[in-house]
Amino acid sequence: LAAQLSLSLAECPGTGSAQAGRAAACQGCPNQGLCAAGAAGPDPAEAAELRARLRAVRHTVLVLSGKGGVGKSTFSALLAHGLAADETKQVALLDIDICGPSIPKMMGLEGEQVHQSGSGWSPVYVEENLGVMSVGFLLSSPDDAVIWRGPKKNGLIKQFLRDVDWGEVDYLIVDTPPGTSDEHLSIVQYLSATHIDGAVIVTTPQEVSLQDVRKEINFCRKVKLPIIGVVENMSGFVCPKCKNESQIFPPTTGGAEKMCQNLNVSLLGKVPLDPQIGKSCDRGQSFLAEAPESPATLSYRNIIQRIQEYCEQHHLQEEKII
Amino acid sequence: ALIKQFVTDVAWGDLDFLIVDTPPGTSDEHISTVEALRPFQLLGAILVTTPQAVSVGDVRRELTFCRKAGLRILGIVENMSGFVCPHCSECTNIFSKGGGEELAKHAGVPFLGCVPLDPQLSQSLEEGRDFIQEFPKSSAFPALTHIAQQILDTSQRSS
Repeated sequence: LAAQLSLSLAECPGTGSAQAGRAAACQGCPNQGLCAAGAAGPDPAEAAELRARLRAVRHTVLVLSGKGGVGKSTFSALLAHGLAADETKQVALLDIDICGPSIPKMMGLEGEQVHQSGSGWSPVYVEENLGVMSVGFLLSSPDDAVIWRGPKKNGLIKQFLRDVDWGEVDYLIVDTPPGTSDEHLSIVQYLSATHIDGAVIVTTPQEVSLQDVRKEINFCRKVKLPIIGVVENMSGFVCPKCKNESQIFPPTTGGAEKMCQNLNVSLLGKVPLDPQIGKSCDRGQSFLAEAPESPATLSYRNIIQRIQEYCEQHHLQEEKII
Repeated sequence: ALIKQFVTDVAWGDLDFLIVDTPPGTSDEHISTVEALRPFQLLGAILVTTPQAVSVGDVRRELTFCRKAGLRILGIVENMSGFVCPHCSECTNIFSKGGGEELAKHAGVPFLGCVPLDPQLSQSLEEGRDFIQEFPKSSAFPALTHIAQQILDTSQRSS
């Protein structure tokens, strides 16, 4: 069985290929139906709809992690806050973690509902220039569980892209659930109707997390999703009392730095642990605003700047081609 | 299909306990796992959270999943609950404190205990070593053994 499994993972023809969903290796893959239904993504009519809706979105960044619990949603929320600090920029944060939608709470929007307007679903706004959408806003109770299989989750993701009236957006940040599953495949395929600048992958320094990041990098390469870079979270802790540093999540195999060197991927930065991060998130506040002097804030800001630079360069290159 | 195969086609032999580690969420894998294990003696589910409200928020939904699936809830574990600096012994609640315990109280399920952040635990997991055998003096050891004991007691009462 192990031989069969590793063979089929290695032999995934790639979701964009003509063989997608049809190759022998596709048998039993949970995404077989999705791939076979449309090798290049949504059908032409749907693709046109999505393109029209997302036409006014300048940059799209996907935030991925191989593993749960590495701080991906925290990072997505802070990336959105960081970009929106520039009031001239319009930022949108889309939470497609259907089973565990933490973004509403982190953005201080718990209990908010989605309103429908003539032009579609309205995002919920944190600031004038920062709008959010999440399945969390569609649930009436904090105890409600979304116990859906893949195809139903994919359907909601498509709706989020098609029916939300984002308006003119400079940056669309998409927060994903951990792993490489239905949601990831569908978001990449639906967004192929427009474009994605790239993906940011969040990890902790441990090998058990990096193992999953390597798979995530593989996924990105298979679906031709550019990788903006990797963020190493929970990278050391400085005791507030004695100021000594501890590696709570030890980088036993060289951490993200070594992995990035080996795989020729950018390391965007390392963020240390800071108890204030969790506190700010729990209260729906921006950690960057509440703790501007923290070393973690400095790291986040540097990382956000590098992401912005990547997106702007990418845009310039595209314009050159046109 | 793979999950069902893992349950029915693996030659586990005579087992006292089968521990099933699941991915985060309430989706295909969870539904399939419960369905595949239903014919067997399901003792119940342990829910792991970190102390922060954001994590607890997701675990509330997981609790609903367990109830809908008819899964007995053995209890809640509050993981990464505090870090004791090895240099000066100051305890810092890096990921807050108390959320797991509060959730257990609110939901009327047993609270199994807090497990602190422990670099020795992380290290031994990275190296594939048996933490319980090798680090009996570390900070996570009493918490983990206490939790294991409660599960043993529960299983004895059930049989």
